[in-house]
Amino acid sequence: MKPTKKIVMSLILSLTAGFLYAASSRNSIQIKGSDTMVNLSQAWAENYMEKNPGDFVAVTGGGSGTGISSLISGTCDIANSSRNIKEKEIAIAKKKGIVPYEIKVGLDGLAVVVNPQNPIKQLTIGQLADIFTGKISNWKELGGKDLKIVILSREVNSGTHVYFKEHVLRKGNLSGKEEFAASALMMPSSQAIADEIATNPGAIGYYGMGYISPKQKTIFVAKDGKSKTIEPTIENVITGAYPISRPLLIYTNGQPQALVKKFVDFMLSKEGQEIVQKTDFVPIKK
Amino acid sequence: MQKFKEFIIEKLILISGLASIFFVILIFLFLLKEGLALLEFITPGQFLFGKNWYPISEPAQLEILPLILGSLLVTFGAAVISIPIGVGCAIFIAEVSPPSIKEILKAGIELLAAIPSVVLGFIGMVTLVPWVKNIFHIPTGLTALSGSIMLAFMAMPTIVSIAEDALYSVPKSYKEGALALGATKWQAIYRVLLPAASSGIFAAVMLGLGRVIGETMAVMMITGNAAVIPTSILQPVRTLTATIAAEMGEAVVGSEHYFALFAIGIVLFVVSFMINVTADLFLHRKKI
Repeated sequence: MKPTKKIVMSLILSLTAGFLYAASSRNSIQIKGSDTMVNLSQAWAENYMEKNPGDFVAVTGGGSGTGISSLISGTCDIANSSRNIKEKEIAIAKKKGIVPYEIKVGLDGLAVVVNPQNPIKQLTIGQLADIFTGKISNWKELGGKDLKIVILSREVNSGTHVYFKEHVLRKGNLSGKEEFAASALMMPSSQAIADEIATNPGAIGYYGMGYISPKQKTIFVAKDGKSKTIEPTIENVITGAYPISRPLLIYTNGQPQALVKKFVDFMLSKEGQEIVQKTDFVPIKK
Repeated sequence: MQKFKEFIIEKLILISGLASIFFVILIFLFLLKEGLALLEFITPGQFLFGKNWYPISEPAQLEILPLILGSLLVTFGAAVISIPIGVGCAIFIAEVSPPSIKEILKAGIELLAAIPSVVLGFIGMVTLVPWVKNIFHIPTGLTALSGSIMLAFMAMPTIVSIAEDALYSVPKSYKEGALALGATKWQAIYRVLLPAASSGIFAAVMLGLGRVIGETMAVMMITGNAAVIPTSILQPVRTLTATIAAEMGEAVVGSEHYFALFAIGIVLFVVSFMINVTADLFLHRKKI
C-alpha cells in the first residue's frame, strides 16, 4: 500500500468510527403521534428532562396514524397512539424490520358534547350510532327542538375518529360496515369542535375528556336502553362504568431498551401517572 | 477570453432555464408513478365518478366525485364573486381613477396578495362563518359559500393586476378615436377598451382561478370538509386540496389510500395545467 493510500484509508476508518460513536451516544428520544396525547407527552417529557439533565425528549403530534407510520419508517422512537395498531400496519412494519411493541400508559374517556342550549341530557350508544351515521337527522326525533343535527367529527388521521367509529358507530363489531354520515363535518382539531359546539345549537361532537369546558354540555351515556346513564368523569372511567373510554397506547420498536426504557419506566411510575391525572386523563391504576 | 466568458454565462443561463422544466417533468413523473399504482385497486372510472370517500374503511372506498364537485363549486363561487369586482377594480384603476387614488389602490391590492392564506382562513373562521350561518339560517356556517368568499379575496389581486396590465396596454389611440367619434367615457370603455383587452382579461381570470383551485389552508379551515355531493352552495364541501392536506399524515406509505392521494394530486395537476395553458393561449393571442 502506498503511504498516501494508507493515510486516506485511516482517515475514512476514523471518520466512520466517529459517526458510529456519535450515533450510539446520542441521548435524545423522538416521540410522535396522537394529538390527544401531545399535552400529556409534553408534560412527561418536561418532568423527565428536569430530573435527567442531558437527556432530550422531543414531542410532536400529527395523529395516531402519523405516529405509527413514523415508527415504521424509523423516524421516531416512540409512537403515541389513541387506537390499536392495525393488522395492515403490523404487516408493513415487519417488512421493514420493525416490531411494534405495545404499552398501555393511561386511559381516556371520550365525551359526547352538545351546545348548552340543547335540552337533550342523555343518549344511548344506539342513539349515538344513529345520529353519527345520519339515520337520525333532527333533534325532534330524540325529543329535542325541531333543529337539524350538525355532526362534527375529527379528520380520518385522528385516533379519536377511528376509536369512535369502531366502538360507537359499529358498537365494537370489528366487521361492522357503519360509517360516519357523509354529511359529517370533518374538523381539523378537537379545539375546532369545541368552538363550533359552543356557538351552534344544533351541533353534536366528541372529544377527549380533557377538552370539556362549561361552554359545552356533556351528554350522559348509557350502554343500551336498559342500563343507567353515566357521566364521563375520571372515577367512572377508572371503574369502567362509562361506556366510551379507550386506552392510551405507546408503541416502540421491540421491547424498550436503554434510554427509551428509562423514559417508559418514568411514564408508568407513580409520578408519571400523577401527571396523567393532572392533564385530565385517567391513570391506569390508582 | 471574453468569448469564453460569454460562452460559460450563456450555458449557465440555458441550464437554469432547462432546470425548471426538468423539475416539472420530474415532479409529474413522480406523481404519475405513485398515483397510477392506484389502478391495481380501482378503475379510473370508479375513482373519478364514484360517490363514496371512506379512505380508512375496510375495504377502503376511494371515489372522488364529491371532492371534485366540492372543489369546482368553491371555485365557481369564488369566480362569481371575484370576476366582476376584480375586473371592475381593474377598469377603475386603469381608466377612471385620478393618479393619487390609483397608487393607493394598487398598493392596497398588493397588500391583499401578501396576506398568508392561513390568516385569511382564520379570520374567515371567526368572522365570516358565524355571519353566513346567521344570515341564511342554516345549521352551520362552514359552507362552500364561506370558502368562496374567502378565496375570492385571494383571486382578486391576480385578476386585478393582470387585467389592469391588459387594459393599460390597449393603444391610447383606440380610446381617443372612440371619444373623438362622440362616445361617452363609459361607452368607450365598454365598447372599445374591454373588447380590445378581452383576451388579457380572460387570462387574468384564468390565472386567478388557478390560484383558487390550488388553495388549501383556508378552504380546509372554513368549508367543513364533509365529503358529500353538494346540492347547494350553502352546504359543507370537501375539496381535493384539503383532502390531500388532511390525510397525507395518516396514509401509510405504500397503501392504497396513499396512492389515492397521489392520484388526487394528478387530477389537481391536470386541472391547473389546463387552466394555465388556456390562460397562456389567450395571453399570447393578444400579442399577435
